[in-house]
Amino acid sequence: MKYLDEFRDKELARPLVAELKKSVTKPLRVMEICGSHTMAIFRNGIRSILPEGYTLISGPGCPVCVTSASHMDAFIEMATHPGVRVAIFGDLFRVPGTHGSLANAGAEGAKIDVVYSSMDALDLAVSHPADLIVFLGVGFETTTPGIAATILAAKNRNIKNFAVFSTQKVMPPPLMALLDDPRLKIDGLLCPGHVSSIIGAGAYQPLVDRYNLACVVAGFETTDLLNGLILLARQVGQGQPKVENTYQRVVNWEGNVRAAKMVDEIFESADMEWRGLGVIPGSGLAIREKYAEFDAVARLDITLPEAEEAKGCRCGEILKGMSVPTKCPLFKTRCTPQNPIGPCMVSSEGTCAAYYKYGMDQ
Amino acid sequence: MRVTKIDGDPDDFTQNQIATVDADGISKEVRLDVVDRWPGIGDYVIVHAGFAIHTLEATEAEANIKLLREMASSMPEELLR
Repeated sequence: MKYLDEFRDKELARPLVAELKKSVTKPLRVMEICGSHTMAIFRNGIRSILPEGYTLISGPGCPVCVTSASHMDAFIEMATHPGVRVAIFGDLFRVPGTHGSLANAGAEGAKIDVVYSSMDALDLAVSHPADLIVFLGVGFETTTPGIAATILAAKNRNIKNFAVFSTQKVMPPPLMALLDDPRLKIDGLLCPGHVSSIIGAGAYQPLVDRYNLACVVAGFETTDLLNGLILLARQVGQGQPKVENTYQRVVNWEGNVRAAKMVDEIFESADMEWRGLGVIPGSGLAIREKYAEFDAVARLDITLPEAEEAKGCRCGEILKGMSVPTKCPLFKTRCTPQNPIGPCMVSSEGTCAAYYKYGMDQ
Repeated sequence: MRVTKIDGDPDDFTQNQIATVDADGISKEVRLDVVDRWPGIGDYVIVHAGFAIHTLEATEAEANIKLLREMASSMPEELLR
């Protein structure tokens, strides 16, 4: 396909692999913070060709993985409300809460629909007028504008039986929380592609200024990833951290102004709980009072229950880049894609799922 | 995904803003409510969860490919072995 095949061209990739080896002049640790990058790096075999001294760490960029156990419990409890039908993205279906998953709740009679888009949930509201359709908002900056547009469409079309349970998250605050932890020693960030198309490459400048962190925005194809890793190694080697953008065909410095306006109309900043990271001030988005009729939390008077993490599960540490799946006692023993214990094994973008799928046992 | 048809007005959020796109021969509809730049027929868009979020900058893509090709052609042959 146009503008995909060109960036997968092996005649372009081969020299970049050689350049990657040449670019490492001192050991460096780089965090890829986007779940799609994690999978793309594994899929392209990039971990296997990393030069000595180049360490890649997966970060907290898988939205399902960072959804807290108490949010999962609240989702499951809400799915059992009489008259409620929940609409979810598919990868949330099997994520365990304290006492089971949405899949278990569905098997026991809860009404759960898997949708491709929040707009499909609005269509469900039209086709099921007797039910309150609650869309479970789980995602980062890339998903939020679409949910905002859906709420606005519900208002414009006067659809009353539709609400959103927002656990939408924003990326910069947790990154700062991680970087403030002296145990996490990283030199650079491989910044996400699609999140950056919304927030703009400029959003990473504070990380350069405050933490001297090398930041490179990259796409998801083979040459995109190699180019991003090369630039990070060069920045670290030269001791000149800055924001570079290798994904100009999709990302600019300012971001998507139209989407930002839509999000600002519907959402306001809120504190948010993250799995493994706890509550981070200003890291979430809540629906504004003006649109309270579409806020499931207000409408159903939801309070977050106390939750228990699965014993032995290291998802929290893995999400912070402090551990790897192979150090988890449950990995590939009790926790597998068929029977996941932690969210990092459930999601298609989870680090544990990636390690399992691509046979990273060491 | 390549845009083949557009319905709606970029400034009118009270009406549907929808594009029909082609992805390797499969045709489907995506929403244009939050796309950064209103696309034209034949433009490529990045789609996330049913919403076009970005109209691809063809000139930037071409410039990127050109830079990569230049990097590739300047690589000494011995490093490619």
